[in-house]
Amino acid sequence: MLLYFVFVLGIGFALKRYMKTSKDFFQAGRALPAWICGLAFISANLGAQEVIGMGASGAKYGIATSHFYWIGAIPAMIFVGIFMMPFYYGSKARSVPEFLRLRFDEKTRALNACSFAVMTVFSSGISMYAMARLIQTLHVFDYIFLSAGLPLGYIFHFSILLSAIIVLGYIFLGGLTSAIYNEVLQFFLIIAGFLPLVLIGLKNVGGWSGLKASLPSPAYLHSWQGMEHANTNPLGVEWFGLAMGLGFVLSFGYWCTDFLVIQTAMATDTQENARRVPLIAAIPKMFFPFLVILPGLLAIAATTPKAVTTTKVEANGAIVRNTSFPSEAELKGQGLVPAKTNPLTGKIMLDASGKPLLDYDLAIPSMLLHYFPTGILGLGLTALLASFMSGMAGNVTAFNTVWTYDLYQSYIKKGASDRHYLAMGRWATVGGILLSMATAYAATGFNNIMDTLQLVFSFVNAPLFATFLLGMFWKRATGNGAFIGLISGTTAAIIHHGLTLPIEAHPGLHGGWIAIVHHYPSDMAQNFWTAIWAFSTNFVVTIIVSLFGKPKPESELVGLVHSLTPKPELGHLPWWRRPEALAIVLLVMVVGLNIIFR
Amino acid sequence: MNLDLRIPMGLMFTLVGLILTVYGFSTQGSEIYQKSMGINANLDWGIVLLIFGFTMFLLGRRGQREALRKPQKPAPEGTIRRGH
Repeated sequence: MLLYFVFVLGIGFALKRYMKTSKDFFQAGRALPAWICGLAFISANLGAQEVIGMGASGAKYGIATSHFYWIGAIPAMIFVGIFMMPFYYGSKARSVPEFLRLRFDEKTRALNACSFAVMTVFSSGISMYAMARLIQTLHVFDYIFLSAGLPLGYIFHFSILLSAIIVLGYIFLGGLTSAIYNEVLQFFLIIAGFLPLVLIGLKNVGGWSGLKASLPSPAYLHSWQGMEHANTNPLGVEWFGLAMGLGFVLSFGYWCTDFLVIQTAMATDTQENARRVPLIAAIPKMFFPFLVILPGLLAIAATTPKAVTTTKVEANGAIVRNTSFPSEAELKGQGLVPAKTNPLTGKIMLDASGKPLLDYDLAIPSMLLHYFPTGILGLGLTALLASFMSGMAGNVTAFNTVWTYDLYQSYIKKGASDRHYLAMGRWATVGGILLSMATAYAATGFNNIMDTLQLVFSFVNAPLFATFLLGMFWKRATGNGAFIGLISGTTAAIIHHGLTLPIEAHPGLHGGWIAIVHHYPSDMAQNFWTAIWAFSTNFVVTIIVSLFGKPKPESELVGLVHSLTPKPELGHLPWWRRPEALAIVLLVMVVGLNIIFR
Repeated sequence: MNLDLRIPMGLMFTLVGLILTVYGFSTQGSEIYQKSMGINANLDWGIVLLIFGFTMFLLGRRGQREALRKPQKPAPEGTIRRGH
């Protein structure tokens, strides 16, 4: 683990000498190879929520979780590569908000830049908090602390400080290049740490057929069974809500507009490569379910730990008998997923019918601890930490770019020297990380702050894609239309959330705080439908307002709108090297996977 | 780019692989492998990582040498070069 930290910072130092201009720092000099950016593209998204969360959903819902990949990511990644990247890359915008300024106007950009900057800081803070909590739960540093004679209560502060210093270190020194390099490193590390886990876990339950036999219900291995109606499948969503809400609005809104991932594609050297980045990224993304969802399934399928007695004859003839008892939480859990304990009292939490609640978030961590012997266990834990850090780092670089280019350079200090902005970018990194730490500590004080923040993000993000879609494909769309559309889309999301409630939830944070007009079968369904409403409202309002306003002259929109931009020249490439060919191969593969695991 | 990522990455995985292999070799048959059902996970995976890391390192070295031999590619159209 130490070795990893040394290498991470080493890359930062090695790249420091190349960071001469703000362009080097914020855009990696636009000179990185496509495969590196492609891996960084998914790694930036591979944050804490991803690895822990997908493992947790895998244990909870089974293979149906793969919808988040095969429906909720691949099509959007193909779309952004084929259709949207030419505008991002070709418009010479340096960030996503800057594209909005070129296409629409200053206020749309300011709205997007502010909400984005706030979100990145909060998400990286949430990552930090989750990581520190996990380190505490898994007792990773307990040994070091005990042998140094320090109280165990400091572990939380130590973890936060450590992650902050490391991420700060390499971004401060090497900017986006360093962040991207480290994201790729983390990508491989995550594979190196989790692949043996899947292999050993599969062997333990007796291969694929053994897994099938030991799962609580055969529905775990099917992703499309019972999708005709919300009540007949574990996700509680019918196919339309799934395809439209997750597959279209949410996933396109994330993969096509979030600068966190787009920035890695914009760091490549040519437009063709920028288009290839999301497509390259889609290949490993397609197979990630086997790496992160499968451990969750395996954790549920494995046998629940029981008291184990080992008898050993020592060299002097004495017979030693050792009995190790699993904790109460482990006993009450299912498979390797322990029951949830109340962090204050240490008691096991029960649901309404008296059964213990399962702590699904611990599915992957407890798999690691159960199957890995000393040695490779260090690698597994490092991989877990790496996944947290790659999410944090992506957020921080996105924050420093948007802050420096879209807020500082545009509204606070215009026309300063490039040197000045480079320095600003470095200090924005420091500021961003300090704010993240503040968020992490705020999360310890208020129990619900993480859920609330994620809820607010979903309100802001849900309508975004409509603005970009209209902006890129409809030249009549105006700045006023986009601005009012965005605000009304967010308002629609808030109202929809306030009016509906998933069943078995209390009004409040889960919705229904205005009045309850509709019950959804699950909070996932509610979430998808909130997005659908926000998107549609934004779409319609933007069109209506735009029709009343005066559009920008066509000459200003060249390179920004589809119909006014010359097609990217690809004549010199053989057909099989064109991004479109790759896209079709990907589509076929993803349909194939869906059929295999229907 | 001036630094081929495959070199540091290859080095890191070679080192990690080496540590795991050596550790796995010296703990052969130890009871810590009861957890992984008798599989010496350290030794096996250490060798895999060693091979992976070393291949990456070699590829990176080759790529770096080729990049140095070739004169700098002209900047593609449409990119603004500032500074430098």
